[in-house]
Amino acid sequence: MLPSAAILKFVLPLTGLTFFMLAWHLAIAASPGTLVPSPAASFRAILELAEKGLLFRYIVASLFRVTWGYFTALLLAVPLGVLLGLWRRGEVALNPILQLLRPISPLAWIPIAILWFGVGDLSAMFLIFLASFLPLTLTTVHAVHNIEGVHLAAGRNFGLTSRELVRSVIVPGILPQLIVGMRITLGIAWLVVVAAEMIAVNSGLGFLIVDARNAGNRYDLVVAGMILIGAIGVALDFLMRRLETLPNVRWGYASE
Amino acid sequence: MTKVVFTKIGMTFGSAKADKSVHVLDDINLSVNQGEFVCLLGPSGCGKSTLLNIAGGFIKPSEGEVTIDGERVTGPDPRRIFVFQERGVFPWLTVEQNIGFGLFRQPANERRERIAHYVQLVGLQGFEQSYPRELSGGMKQRLEVARALAVNPDVLYLDEPFGALDSITRLQMRRELLRIWQAEKKTILFVTHDIEESVQLADRVVVLSARPGRVRRVVDIDIPHPRDLSDPRYLQLRDEIFGEIGLAHQI
Repeated sequence: MLPSAAILKFVLPLTGLTFFMLAWHLAIAASPGTLVPSPAASFRAILELAEKGLLFRYIVASLFRVTWGYFTALLLAVPLGVLLGLWRRGEVALNPILQLLRPISPLAWIPIAILWFGVGDLSAMFLIFLASFLPLTLTTVHAVHNIEGVHLAAGRNFGLTSRELVRSVIVPGILPQLIVGMRITLGIAWLVVVAAEMIAVNSGLGFLIVDARNAGNRYDLVVAGMILIGAIGVALDFLMRRLETLPNVRWGYASE
Repeated sequence: MTKVVFTKIGMTFGSAKADKSVHVLDDINLSVNQGEFVCLLGPSGCGKSTLLNIAGGFIKPSEGEVTIDGERVTGPDPRRIFVFQERGVFPWLTVEQNIGFGLFRQPANERRERIAHYVQLVGLQGFEQSYPRELSGGMKQRLEVARALAVNPDVLYLDEPFGALDSITRLQMRRELLRIWQAEKKTILFVTHDIEESVQLADRVVVLSARPGRVRRVVDIDIPHPRDLSDPRYLQLRDEIFGEIGLAHQI
């Protein structure tokens, strides 16, 4: 008998996945002539991509764009968020702009991105940057507001300068919430890179999907691209979750 | 020798319009001697915590001033450390790192020695690498006291430090605090609304009235430590303060 933890962790998820594959397989088998590929055909398509050397190249291309756009946003958003979190007047002044930009999908920026940066990597990175910058800024502002007053008071009591206060109290104090925001934002960035690649570039997993359709209805490659996007999204999320287990941020999560 | 002097402290919160403002402290005059343990006692909302925050430099009084060694208080200062309830410790730092927090300008070996000394003093040996979430409430409170003492302040301000602890732990913590006070010879200002606590700990109890807080009476607790809680003198002083606050000592 397996312990129930193992059942919950492995057996049930695998069962669900197997049933899904089986249903998919049967549905395709029952509809001859459909362009939608079977699971087997989709996995063969992944192997084909690997043999052609495209698999690695496209994944790296997509990750490369996400990395640049996301980390540039992080580098600018966190200091801005800390500043606005501490400086009430600045926050009130910028708030209308931030709120107005927030509901605009990053994809609405595609024409402007192409206008400014042309068709290419820079456009895609710009879109990722836009998609990441606002949520990261707002998360940081919010996290700074949530810092315990007694922690700031204690920091000042021990004679910290403003700079030391930011480094030794504010940054560690916002980290748990910031990491959650970073994880959610990375998910958004990954959604956006695929969309951006469909329009603005000629490599990457998003490009693979439109290209496979345009170049002869290769729907097996389309679905292969979708599977890869899903799997990499899960992997990125898993990595970000690892950050939440660091000993100096665990205090911030309710499960303790 | 006089250490902390409150002169004509008045505090009003809120807008300039008289009907919206809250008058919390009125004409507080008090002087605390070097090495003395003084309790500020009063009902909830009497402004005792505000008074402590004024002494700590976190709040500017509307009227009057606080001086320490003749020097006017204008802001928080590492020579006078404020101890909050247990939530004042930094949850992202280990016990050792918390105690060392205020020692960031000291050389590494000095830092290490002081950390080891205060870990020992508050009895947290074996927990040096633990995070606050792994400690009990009483241990967190001891940690915060150790963090305060590590920077060798002249004055400790304690704002209902044991309020969140269970009653047994609270008694142990009082004993610990007295032991530490006798070992380290700090001047202590301790805010509480617990009459028994004030009579157990203090050299003098300053009884404040309800809002706006005024000094109603200053009671000298002339019982040597360790204090026997069934000593007639202890009971007499305690009942006097109960009477002063207007409570019959009966349930």
